[in-house]
Parts: sequence; C-alpha cells; structure tokens
Amino acid sequence: MAVKEKRGVKGFFKKVYKYRAFLLMLLPGVIYTLIFAYYPMTGIVLAFKKYTYAGGIWGSAWNGFENFKFFFQSGQAGLVTRNTVLYNIAFIVINTVTQIAVAILLTEIHNKHYRKMSQSIMFLPYFISWVIVGVMAFNIFSSDYGFMNRMITAFGGKPVAFYTTPKAWPFILMFFNLWKGVGYGSVMYLAAIMGIDTSIYEAAQIDGANVFQRIFKVTIPMIMPTTITLFLLSIGGIFKGNFDMFYNLVGSNGLLYNYTDVIDTLAFRALVTNQNFGMSAAIGLFQSVLCFITVLVANKLVGLYDKDYTLF
Amino acid sequence: MAAQTSHLGKVKNGKDVVALNIIAYTFCGFIALICLVPFLMILAGSLSSEEAIIQNGFSLLPQDFSVEAYKTVFEEPMVVVRAYGTTIGLTIVGTLLGLALQTMTAYVLVRQEFEWRNVFSFFFYFTTLFSGGLVPYYLLIRQTLKLADSYLALLLPLLFSVYNLLIMKSYIRSIPDSLIDAAKIDGCGEFRTLVQVVVPLIKPALATVGLFIALAYWNDWYNAMLYISESASTKYPLQYFLYRQINNIEGYKKLIANGAVSGSVVSSVSLPTQTLKMALTIVVTGPIVLAYPFVQKYFVQGITIGAVKG
Repeated sequence: MAVKEKRGVKGFFKKVYKYRAFLLMLLPGVIYTLIFAYYPMTGIVLAFKKYTYAGGIWGSAWNGFENFKFFFQSGQAGLVTRNTVLYNIAFIVINTVTQIAVAILLTEIHNKHYRKMSQSIMFLPYFISWVIVGVMAFNIFSSDYGFMNRMITAFGGKPVAFYTTPKAWPFILMFFNLWKGVGYGSVMYLAAIMGIDTSIYEAAQIDGANVFQRIFKVTIPMIMPTTITLFLLSIGGIFKGNFDMFYNLVGSNGLLYNYTDVIDTLAFRALVTNQNFGMSAAIGLFQSVLCFITVLVANKLVGLYDKDYTLF
Repeated sequence: MAAQTSHLGKVKNGKDVVALNIIAYTFCGFIALICLVPFLMILAGSLSSEEAIIQNGFSLLPQDFSVEAYKTVFEEPMVVVRAYGTTIGLTIVGTLLGLALQTMTAYVLVRQEFEWRNVFSFFFYFTTLFSGGLVPYYLLIRQTLKLADSYLALLLPLLFSVYNLLIMKSYIRSIPDSLIDAAKIDGCGEFRTLVQVVVPLIKPALATVGLFIALAYWNDWYNAMLYISESASTKYPLQYFLYRQINNIEGYKKLIANGAVSGSVVSSVSLPTQTLKMALTIVVTGPIVLAYPFVQKYFVQGITIGAVKG
C-alpha cells in the first residue's frame, strides 16, 4: 500500500479527486453521523458541569465530579447497575435456552402447516410496539380487572395487587421480554440448524443414535458456535437497559423502582422529570463507558473463540 | 424451510420419535398459544361490555358481546385518523430517505477500489461502540437544531442505522464485481451504476431493510415523548397517541365527549373506560397484525443476514 501512495498533500487531493463520486455519495451519511452521533459525544462534558439553560453545553460552569458524587452517594448507582446487569443476565439465559429449544423442536415438526403457523405466531410479538405490550400487561396483571387475578380467585386464591408488589416484576418483565423475542431470536438458531451437514445425522443414525441423542450429541454441539457468538454479543450490551420495555411496563410507578429501575430509566427521569441535566449526563457517561468496555471485552472473547465472528 | 425435513425424512417411527414428536408439537404449540393469548385478550376486552369487565375482569372471550367501545372510538375518529396520518407519512418518507441514504453509503463502503473504505466503515461503526448518551442528544434536537414540536424531530433520529447499513453491505457485497466492472466499461458513472445496475439486483435487500426502517418508524413513541410537547399533540404519531390516551383515558373520554356531534350531549362519565382502552389498542394494532403475514419472510431474511459479519 505504502508504495502506491503518493506522499504529501498533493497526493491526498489527487485521491480526493479520483474518489469524488464515492465521497459525494458518502457525504450525506457522513454529515448525518457527524451531527447525530459524533457531535453529541462532545456533550459528555456536561457530566462535569452544572447545566444552566442560558449557558448551554459550553457556557455552563464546571462542577468537577459533583454530578457523579450525587449519583454514587445517593445509592442509586449501585441499585440501577445491579438491576440492569441482573435483568440482562436473566434475559440472556432464559431467552437463549428457550429460543434454542423452540428452534430445535420446530425442525422436528413435520407437519408443514403446523410448523409454519406456530412459527408465524411466535414471530408476531416482535412486530408490535412496547406501548401495546404495556396494555397487554395491564390486561393481565391489573389488580381490579386483570386476567391473572381472575384466575387466582377462580382457584380460590387471594388476588394480588401486582402493580404494588415489586417482587412480582422481575418475573413479569422476564416473561414479556421472552414473549416479545422468542420468535425473532429463534430464527438465528433455525438458520444455524439448517446449516448442519445432513450426513452427520445419517452417520449418527447408522451408529444407532435415537432422536434425543441426535439432538444432544449432534444438533446442540453443532449450533454451539452460533450460540456462543450470540451470547458474547449480548454480553456486550449487559449495561444497557431496554428503556422501551421498562418504561412501558413499569412507567412512573415509584413503588416498583427498587426492583425495576435500570440505568436508562434513571437517566431518563433525571433529565425529563427532574430536569437535572448534569446528573443525567453523568449517568449516561457512566453507562457509555461501561458499555464501551464490555463491548471491547466481549469482542475480544469472540475473537478468541472464533475470529470470523468478531465485529471489528 | 423445505430442506429441514429432508434430513429427518426417513426415520422410522420408534418410541423415541413418537416421544419427540409429542414434545415438539406440544411445546411449540404451547409457546405459540402464549404468544397469541395477549392479543386475543385485548380483542375480547374490546368486544365486551364495560359492565362485564368491571364485574369479572378481562378474559379470553368477549363477555356480554358489545361494540360500544368501538363506537366510542369512532365517535371522534379524527384524532385517530390524524395520528395514523402522521405515522403513515413519517413511515413512507423515512423509509424512502433512509433506504436511499443507506444504499448509497453501503455501496461505497463495499467497493474494493475505494481505498478509504475501511476508514469510513470504522467511522460509522464506532458510533455503535460509544455514544454521548441521552442528554447531549436531547439538547442537540431541542436546542442546537431547535426541532422540538416539529416532524423532523420524529423523522431524523431514525433515518440512519449502522445495523441496517451492515445488512445492506452484506447484500451488496454478494453482487459479482464483474457486473459493476462491465457497467464501468460501458461508461457508467458511479451514480448510474448504483441506480441502474446495483439497485435492481438488491431488491430483496431493499425490501428487508426498508421493512426494518418502516417498522422502527411505525412503532416509534420514544422520540415523540421526548420532543413533541402536549401543545403540539396534533403531531403525535400513532404509538405515542395510544400511549397518551391509555395513560390518560379520562382525558380521552372528555375529548370524545366534547367533540361528539352537537345536539347529542354526551357525558364523558357515561363512556366506557377499560373496553375503550382495548378498542383503541385494536384500532392501532390491527393493520400491522394484518400486514404481518405478508412481510414476515423479509424480516426472517434480514435477521439471518444481519447475523453474518457486516
């Protein structure tokens, strides 16, 4: 490469001229990304400032680590980080296991209509917004009219006020997270199963393997690369809370926060509800840095495992 | 899908096969049922009478069948129609612009003779690794660009996504270089090559990425919540409109009561509440559920391709 390159500014402008069509085509995307992704990165200085409306990002006074101090000393940092990580671990484990089970069992269904029908229905929740899922949650868990309480009382139990019972929410959130992602997620594993060489199954059959041995000794080991890759990729996002989900299911129900508040919902409230720009920016920066590190680590691990799957 | 039966086609029906079949049919059927039930409950709720819901709660089947809730929604149809209009408009414009932007960018980034493609690829990719977070973005839209309460605040944030760019890149990469080279020899410039040679070849990609973008616009409520204030509520897109009405159902009832045709004085108290929420949800969700069977396969393609390294 170095040999081909003309040295100096002149060579650079020659290249610009040579690539003018390419550069022109890139221009809109580059401008967009500069404005909507790179420029906001400079705004993280707000995390170290006391924001005033008049001062804006650049004119507001510095206040050192005050915003972080408040975030950490109030105990909220620990709580929301714990919640975010624990929820994500639970989501990753439950979703992975269920999605793999669904993918494997779907391929075992030989009635085409039954298979297609069930797959289509499982995919349906992916298409609707979390706002609608919020309505569904209300429909099922509302204390007065909810289906769940109707069932509980029908079997002689005492109705539960779900929206004031924090301990119920990890389960409710896990349920809806799985519910929304099961069809979507299993597609990846289905593709991996399709890619397995059929001669391996034939060999297993000749060796007298029964169908369960075939699943546990052939299918599951063969889709391990996909599983591990997807697993590591999701580990990269372990400090990211799904705002859409938490906000629509829990909303501003402060009674549940101990069990449901994640980094993203706290950052949102600090900004929109409390108008505390500095603290919200501090929470955002805290999260961005954690995300950045985990993505790099996860990517490194993917690289150790299989070079082809690294993201960069 | 057809291929998957082949490797299992010849197995004799031993006990293990029967057992697995029972497990597979039951498990998948059960999960599918669970996925369907919440939809059915909303539908059933919307078709029940308010009294029945207050007395018994929601269930799987309509109780005391009634279309009162739908009548109430359509008492003042304009608010729903307007929200639909906003969302449809945003979805169409956003999808077309987003597709153009993403296709053009992806095309350049896969062209081998463009020496700087890796630098630019990283320029885009880095934005998925690190971000300024909520506050700087919020201030960018509201204060730097002054887009609050405008449609642009709903259009711009979703226009460009690196994830879609990666999908697009892997589709375009599959086009043989010889086709592009041939166009070049015929004297086509880059723009003409893109429009006349590449675009016709990546129609499935355009469908897939286009649908991903469209779905993002269709389901967006977040940007409206952040950037559209109540005084500009006529600009609410569909999902946020639903969010507002569900969470302020009394306000919605008043809106309907006030807007109802003059003469028939309707009191908001007499309007249904719980069933109204359900009916409104169905009115908002219905079209996407109906369109879903036709677009599902493109999403499946996109997910599978997206899994491949971009």
